[in-house]
Amino acid sequence: MVTGAGPRIVADETRCVGAGQCVLTAPDLFDQSEDEGTVLVLDDRPGEDVLEAVREAVHICPSGALSLREPRESREPRESREPRES
Amino acid sequence: MIPPSLTALDGVIPMSDGLDVTDRTDRTDMTLPLPRTCPYAPPAEYERLREEDSPTRVTLPTGATAWAVSRHQDVRAVLSDTRFSSNRTAPGFPTLIKGSEELTTTFRPSMIGMDPPEHGPARRAALGEFTVRRMRALQPRIQQIVDERLDAMLAGPRPADLVRSLSLPVPSLVICEQLGVPYTDHEFFQLHSSVLISRVRSVEEKRHALTELQTYLGNLIADKEREPADDLLGRQILKHREAGTYDRDDLTGLAFLLLIAGHETTANMISLGTLALLERPEEMAALRSDPTRTPAAVEEFLRLFTIVDTVPSRAATVDVELGGVLIRKGEGVLVLSNAGNHDPAVYPRPDELDIGRGARNHVAFGFGPHQCLGQNLARLELQVVFDTLLRRVPGLKLAAPVEKLPFKDDSSVYGLHELPVSW
Repeated sequence: MVTGAGPRIVADETRCVGAGQCVLTAPDLFDQSEDEGTVLVLDDRPGEDVLEAVREAVHICPSGALSLREPRESREPRESREPRES
Repeated sequence: MIPPSLTALDGVIPMSDGLDVTDRTDRTDMTLPLPRTCPYAPPAEYERLREEDSPTRVTLPTGATAWAVSRHQDVRAVLSDTRFSSNRTAPGFPTLIKGSEELTTTFRPSMIGMDPPEHGPARRAALGEFTVRRMRALQPRIQQIVDERLDAMLAGPRPADLVRSLSLPVPSLVICEQLGVPYTDHEFFQLHSSVLISRVRSVEEKRHALTELQTYLGNLIADKEREPADDLLGRQILKHREAGTYDRDDLTGLAFLLLIAGHETTANMISLGTLALLERPEEMAALRSDPTRTPAAVEEFLRLFTIVDTVPSRAATVDVELGGVLIRKGEGVLVLSNAGNHDPAVYPRPDELDIGRGARNHVAFGFGPHQCLGQNLARLELQVVFDTLLRRVPGLKLAAPVEKLPFKDDSSVYGLHELPVSW
């Protein structure tokens, strides 16, 4: 077992619509880029203590830009929504 | 007393032999939307629709039919799926009685009615103006605006109308601030924008106000083209010039969208949130003594009232399976956001104000790629208003019985026309 192999936050910046709900839900892990307003993941390996907040951020992300990839799962992200907004 | 065997056919259109007469997804005997009878809950008929456990077909005021979506998970599913078009002219789009939306369609279509591929770039162009960080930078000016309006109200006669003294001016002045409208023009701006959402002004007066504002904004933008300042309009001008995409009419349309989208909505939430607190003195006292809970209170007010209901509706551009039914291409979808936000499957005791609920997954600002661009500005304005009211006017009280208050029962955006208060 690989040490520190917790779930990984994956952000699709091209899908992001700048709602900022991730920032409000888990402010230590998410930010918005100054110019574009789209998501910046500050730390893609959330610790146990913030995992719940991260799951909530993924759930309420309006565009489906955020997903949480479990370490031993298949390559498919845990949560993704089709179709994508171009 | 109706025999049970006949009640099973309630709401079903008689079918010929061989067809399923117990199709509970057909409620075309019901015409939606329906006015609210209570500020704290959706119409009882919406709750019944939601209990059907799937989208149901209803009749619209135009006589056309559409799918009504009322479960929280279905509302999220529709709004996040761009196979459902936001284009108001798409075949089957559920047009309702013309309200304030009529005004927005007189302009070149702004992003609210766009689908991919136009929507993405239109929204991205303005995104940077609405980040959490940028909103927080506006906080000192928002506080100042709120304090000034409150000073004026407190210096005036009692009772006062909170709607006119505070709810309407604050968001209008904040938008002025954001856009970079010169202070000397704030009154002009506020005057005309309040006409737009007045219930007593004629259509002619509203058209006049519309033209005045459109002309004003066009001129303001022309001025800023010569000398772009560090405000939203100035930054947009520079950004678009650099990208070679600058168009004055587009920017005027954006400025107008921000005004229309952010004025009455925020004003209504100020009024309704204040009412909710005035009716619950213990909650009000608890919030006053612990303002760290104000953000949670704002979220719960947003969920409880869901003032923007049915407006974020859609038209299917292909066949889509949703919530156990097949929505066909060209069929309209009426999104009942308020019913979704009162879904007991997601929110236990949904009609109760519960500041400790901590629910951030409501759909009061919509969902999907069109989710309200100004939501964090709205949140901040509401937080500042409620904190300031509680801190500065501890004796605030209702000056009229709740039953007599004029609610905007049949408006496309729920709210209060008047809120008499004293202190």
